[in-house]
Amino acid sequence: MAFEFTQENVARIEAETKKYPSKKSAVMKALYIGQEQNGWVSNEVIKAVADRLEITPEEALGVATFYTMYHKKPAGKYHLQVCTNVSCMLRGGYEIYDAIREKLGITNGEVTDDGVFSLEEVECMGACGGAPMMAVNEDFFENLTKEEALRILETKK
Amino acid sequence: MEKLILPDIPDLDKLDVYKKHGGFEAAKKALRMSPDDIIEEVKKSGLRGRGGAAFSAGLKWSFMPKTTDRPKYLCINGDESEPGSFKDRQIFEFNPFQMIEGALIASYAIGARTCYIYIRGEYYKWIKLVQKALDAAYEDGLLGEKMKKTFGTDFAVEMYLHVGAGAYICGEESSLMSSIEGKRGYPRVKPPFPAQAGLWGDPTTINNVETVANVPHIINRGAEWYSKIGAEKHPGTILFGVSGHVKKPGVYELPSGTLLTEIIHEHAGGVLGDKKIKAVIPGGSSMPPLRGDQLEGVRMDADSLKEAGSGIGTGGIMVMDEDTDLLKVLWRITHFYHHESCGQCTPCREGCGWMEKIFLRMLDGRGVKGDLDLLVSVANNIEGNTICALGEAAAWPVKFMIARFRDEFEKYVGEEIKLEPADKVHSMRKTETPIAPFALK
Ligand SMILES: Cc1cc2nc3c(=O)[nH]c(=O)nc-3n(C[C@H](O)[C@H](O)[C@H](O)COP(=O)(O)O)c2cc1C
Ligand code: SF4
Ligand code: FES
Repeated sequence: MAFEFTQENVARIEAETKKYPSKKSAVMKALYIGQEQNGWVSNEVIKAVADRLEITPEEALGVATFYTMYHKKPAGKYHLQVCTNVSCMLRGGYEIYDAIREKLGITNGEVTDDGVFSLEEVECMGACGGAPMMAVNEDFFENLTKEEALRILETKK
Repeated sequence: MEKLILPDIPDLDKLDVYKKHGGFEAAKKALRMSPDDIIEEVKKSGLRGRGGAAFSAGLKWSFMPKTTDRPKYLCINGDESEPGSFKDRQIFEFNPFQMIEGALIASYAIGARTCYIYIRGEYYKWIKLVQKALDAAYEDGLLGEKMKKTFGTDFAVEMYLHVGAGAYICGEESSLMSSIEGKRGYPRVKPPFPAQAGLWGDPTTINNVETVANVPHIINRGAEWYSKIGAEKHPGTILFGVSGHVKKPGVYELPSGTLLTEIIHEHAGGVLGDKKIKAVIPGGSSMPPLRGDQLEGVRMDADSLKEAGSGIGTGGIMVMDEDTDLLKVLWRITHFYHHESCGQCTPCREGCGWMEKIFLRMLDGRGVKGDLDLLVSVANNIEGNTICALGEAAAWPVKFMIARFRDEFEKYVGEEIKLEPADKVHSMRKTETPIAPFALK
């Protein structure tokens, strides 16, 4: 599928390049903007980012694959990130992760058939004081219980 | 006790409130001092880095070349991805201007005209809060070209946000710089150190968020005053993040040198269910864990913790009660480092994987005699043989946990090697992350 940045996003990327002595530094932000517009970082997004920043597609791909927050395949409408690192694990992170897997019938890196949810088991999200936690898209839900986590999913359709 | 970083002032994240409480007075004062005097003052204050290594902030600044035509940079490290650490987030949310003011003063002291604040990408909400604070500071003429007029100096610094994208390793200072340059976040071999060759090969200083947030107080009230707070050799207050099996997890700002037991039992409300403590990791997951019976008298400052056989790290205190399965904990920690290893050095990349496999085997009930020694040997071969300190971060928990809790692990190692048919060999859980399912045409 062809991909082209919207005019507005072109301007956002341009503004980002101004922060640095080298345009290339805007690659992380540009990939985010591409992901925002396209839903995930496809080959076409990579190419568009590379063209815009005058780097090779391989350089842009290298960055996209190094960092875990770029979706290298389509994600669900609600992307769930459940932390199972130590502080969360000590307070039931795995129970929540397992309950969600069971309820949605998907596991790490998968998307539900209806495209509503995708699930990712993540490393520490910096919310250990509110463990266990999960993020639904950009919102953190802390001090979770299994029941609460499942209830949150009910509200997302 | 007075709180310096997270005082109980409502709406301190609003610029007018921050200014009403003395905000940017330190910047005014600092910009009338010479950079050398500021560095001297910060050195004298005894301020040490809060990002993990507890290195003297003033000394680090003094490494920056004074006579050079090259641009200089300051990076504020807000990657905060070490498991058990969640304190810089509080500064972003409740006192962002103090970080900005501290970064401004630090930039002036080292002669940096550009400062990047690196925040981990998962801090969606906090990224927005910091951007909002930066915008407000710009609008008020406290940053950028306009600050020359505001402060009546010819110094100006541009301050930008650089957002990460989910890589723990980018908290390591040289990896952080690779990331800002728009590359994969690979750490670099040191020397050269960042003060000689940092961002784009130019002199660069990297400081933690909390470190620079202390600076305005030092300028306002003097090194002498600051150096008297808390532990003599590691003065100031520290944001301790307490998590795990405690009744009141959270961030507590206390003088350095506070007793670990006081933090756990008084501030964090004691252990859940009033159980006994089996283990405490005092400074984020890379620091050696202490036994529950080793905690008495341990003070939370760099030197005391070193003496106690651990480290202050990020001040993230993880408490584990007597029913905790330490093998699971240690496997989970190792899984983390394996996942986050950037893969440049063989000992780290392979060693973390091997250690994780051995832990999974033990969790599967197929541990064999000699596994513990094998683990320690792998850990020893990682330590000191890698480009960056993630190697140590991965090796220490394994080495020290096995040394301090050997009895806990011995239950998992059988007497002799039991061979299972291959189809029965399964790992405890699937933990693979999706690999890019595409290649460039
Ligand atoms: C693997 C690894 C991860 C690190 N992560 C962070 C981090 O998230 N935040 C941080 O401030 N320092 C982190 N550090 C320490 C930095 O390399 C650096 O020492 C620190 O930011 C310096 O700031 P300070 O002197 O003010 O403490 C990390 C170090 C290593 C080896
Ligand atoms: S020690 Fe590990 S994380 Fe650090 S550079 Fe080597 S492989 Fe990468
Ligand atoms: S361990 Fe889950 S947020 Fe830190």
